[in-house]
Amino acid sequence: MKSTLQKFARPIIAIITIYLVLLLGPIAALDIPVIAASIAKNPSQLLQFLIIGLANGAIIAIIALGYTMVYGIIELINFAHGDVYMIGVFTALTTLSLTGTLKSQDPVRIGIGIVIALVVAVVVGATLNATIERLAYRPLRNAPRLAPLISAIGMSFIVENIGLIWAGQSWLVPSFGTTGGGAQKEFPDLLSRMFVNMNMNPDLLASSGLGLRFTIKDLLVIVLAGVLMIGLRQFVQHTKLGKAMRATAQNRDAAKMLGIDIDWVITATFLIGGGLAGAAGLMAGLYNNNAWWFMGFRAGLQSFTAAVLGGIGNITGAMLGGFLIGLLAAFSDGYLNARWTNAWVFATLVLILLFRPNGLLGEQTGQKA
Amino acid sequence: MLELKDVHTYYGNIHALKGISLTVNDGEIVTLIGSNGAGKSTTLRTIQGLNKPRTGTVTLDGVQLEKLPAHEIAGLGVAQSPEGRMIFPRMTVLENLEMGAYARKDLTSYKDDLEHVLALFPRLKERITQKGGTLSGGEQQMLAMGRALMAKPKILLLDEPSMGLAPLLVELIFDIIKQLNNEGTTILLVEQNALMALSIAHRGYVLQTGEIILSNTAEKLKNDEMVQKAYLGVE
Repeated sequence: MKSTLQKFARPIIAIITIYLVLLLGPIAALDIPVIAASIAKNPSQLLQFLIIGLANGAIIAIIALGYTMVYGIIELINFAHGDVYMIGVFTALTTLSLTGTLKSQDPVRIGIGIVIALVVAVVVGATLNATIERLAYRPLRNAPRLAPLISAIGMSFIVENIGLIWAGQSWLVPSFGTTGGGAQKEFPDLLSRMFVNMNMNPDLLASSGLGLRFTIKDLLVIVLAGVLMIGLRQFVQHTKLGKAMRATAQNRDAAKMLGIDIDWVITATFLIGGGLAGAAGLMAGLYNNNAWWFMGFRAGLQSFTAAVLGGIGNITGAMLGGFLIGLLAAFSDGYLNARWTNAWVFATLVLILLFRPNGLLGEQTGQKA
Repeated sequence: MLELKDVHTYYGNIHALKGISLTVNDGEIVTLIGSNGAGKSTTLRTIQGLNKPRTGTVTLDGVQLEKLPAHEIAGLGVAQSPEGRMIFPRMTVLENLEMGAYARKDLTSYKDDLEHVLALFPRLKERITQKGGTLSGGEQQMLAMGRALMAKPKILLLDEPSMGLAPLLVELIFDIIKQLNNEGTTILLVEQNALMALSIAHRGYVLQTGEIILSNTAEKLKNDEMVQKAYLGVE
């Protein structure tokens, strides 16, 4: 069945690619002299876009880890995952509000508030994701493939609407002048405030004279993403639960036969993925300074693309894909037109899949008969 | 030690096992022979808990297995080298063997057991860092058996260990099965190669379309006219 799918998929992908190249090519080509001129005029801008791309890519990458782990283990695209991330943003915002951190000027208090918000966002994200699995996916585990997929889309809508209601509660989410749950909410720039109040410049390269902005926010998200990825890799490679996850992903019956409790392993996978989405939610809130009930959709789409680009099921691949998409989006936003960014992202995805159908780091060592 | 009583297993509406009853005593090699689709693998999957019987009981040393989830059955000392080998293709040979010991509570002799398995299958030692999926069919068979042995099982279920192997390798595998039994492992062996199976087993059962039609000592089955005609190719 897979081979017939591939037989049809290839020409269709080729047609789409040709179409996109024709569509996007002229726009990019027309802009090449303009882009070249702007790079020549302001070369440090290129580095600036690199920093922005890496930071946004780091957030995409952390969300992508959740997609790739869940897909790796039960071959399901958890469409609700992006929305779990959105709930992570609101959980962080609410926690910061309820602990009084949002209004605080005391750097120590802000620091403690952020750590508390991180813990709460991770716990809420993990619990929500595992609950979604328990309610919407586990009962359908032996059903045809399409059933859990549809139920995943359903869960996505449900969680989005929870976000919409949540965002409308002014005692949970400070409105800062915006009204209603549908509006974008401000997520105060606490990290910069914390630094300013410590009499430090949040821009770490301010005194370098390079004309670059590399803020504490950039540093935090990039470092945190790197730490999380390395930690997760080590966990999956070397711990007993991590090995059980890999075994379950590669052959579920064999895993059961060896004494692995599949249900627990799958729950653990959703817990980890959801926790990472929660952490990404706090980071994104602090970095981009906004919260919106529908933000999980775009973030989910980009992260899922990152996971596929890197080779779905592969942790390093998800990370690589996340950073690639972040960079691509930053350069497209900066030098082309933000309107074309998504088209570029997906055109790149199609192109890469055309030559590497399993993604950049996807493996293809099937079991021999 | 292991006892199945009137076990009925279904795949959807297909009645795969129609009242299987069999026993395996401590220290025995018991073989199940029969043609394709007779229900041999289904019997092993039912013992292991991968398929649940609709009626009937499976007991191991007095403990009822048929209602337990598969992973708990593994913890009670049932290990299997399954049909199709089912090794983990993207894990190394060493990791595959490690996973075999997953359900064990007592890991004090883990190192010795690993040595022992690698001594039985020197080919695995040569390939210890290779990914399971890159092994040849015969090597994968050895890996599947080695992985099952790492569980130090009370009873070892072997599903078609000779399938697809060169004749020389088949002899080697059967020598190893005999050696394991001499060391005290109880074995339930499913085979299409009835002659080989009956030559090392103590007792045997003949399965046909989900029912046991004959059971006897291996020696007597080998000389049974019906068995000779249907499974040993004697005219």
